[in-house]
Amino acid sequence: MGDTWTVAGRTFTSRLIVGTGKYKSFEQNAAAVAASGAQIVTVAVRRVNISDPGQPLLTDFIDPKKITYLPNTAGCFTAEEAIRTLRLAREAGGWELVKLEVLGEAKTLYPDMRETLKATGILVAEGFKPMVYCVDDPIAARQLEEAGAVAIMPLGAPIGSGLGIQNRVTIRLIVEGANVPVLVDAGVGTASDASVAMELGCDGVLMNTAIAEAKDPVMMARAMKLAVESGRLAYLAGRMGRRRYADPSSPLAGLI
Amino acid sequence: MVHDGTISIQVNGAHRRVAQGISVAQLAVELGLEPSRVAVERNLEIVPRSTLGEVVVEDGDDFEIVTFVGGG
Repeated sequence: MGDTWTVAGRTFTSRLIVGTGKYKSFEQNAAAVAASGAQIVTVAVRRVNISDPGQPLLTDFIDPKKITYLPNTAGCFTAEEAIRTLRLAREAGGWELVKLEVLGEAKTLYPDMRETLKATGILVAEGFKPMVYCVDDPIAARQLEEAGAVAIMPLGAPIGSGLGIQNRVTIRLIVEGANVPVLVDAGVGTASDASVAMELGCDGVLMNTAIAEAKDPVMMARAMKLAVESGRLAYLAGRMGRRRYADPSSPLAGLI
Repeated sequence: MVHDGTISIQVNGAHRRVAQGISVAQLAVELGLEPSRVAVERNLEIVPRSTLGEVVVEDGDDFEIVTFVGGG
């Protein structure tokens, strides 16, 4: 099936983006990425371990030549911190495609849209291609797109909560209004949540905890792959209309 | 400055003394790092990877050296 999506000139067949945090080991992380079929993984930018520089690195297990690394600004609470982090990420990786998230508070990890919008404008001016984590607000999404975001990434529910898509109406409105890819980022807890996001017409889904904290992360990664594919197919196939009452599947004519 | 041929710098928030005149690339190697796998910020300015071998570490420099790690 030739169903692909494109962000900032890069085309992908997998619509599932997975995180690389919270895994028990690099081996488990790599196996989960393989089972998910993901072609993009999010990564964080952190200080190198100077006290023990010989420790294995993520890049030893997940090959950045085969899987697109999407540097993320998780943990940044101001535009300034996020921009600084991504400038370093661009130097470490050598590419402009990045994920911007500027958080408003630790309790909810809800995005600070004022800082996010400000950072988006500055990053775009510096040549970055930011995919932007945001609130599930169609107006904020439009403003981000106007500022140059290459993808809109509304939360389905708070980061790491696993509560599923809380507001299908606004996610759907964002999808309808956007001219860039829309990916639900955060809040997915299980496979059906990923399907819901895709059935709403999203171009993709990003998740970390739902896979990493499953009892069997590798099996859940495969479940998510199938769920994203199922949801996408259902969206393309076009669901039936909703009726308020029953409608028999067998013909009424010829009843004995 | 202490006149023993070394200078005082900060690396990732920790104080350190290194030989005077070394390049940023040499500093990375001294720290056990592969320069091609890290990104370096010096006094809040990115040091482009192509110039790591040329930029000389100065007394009082403040370095952040980062890499990619697992994250969401």
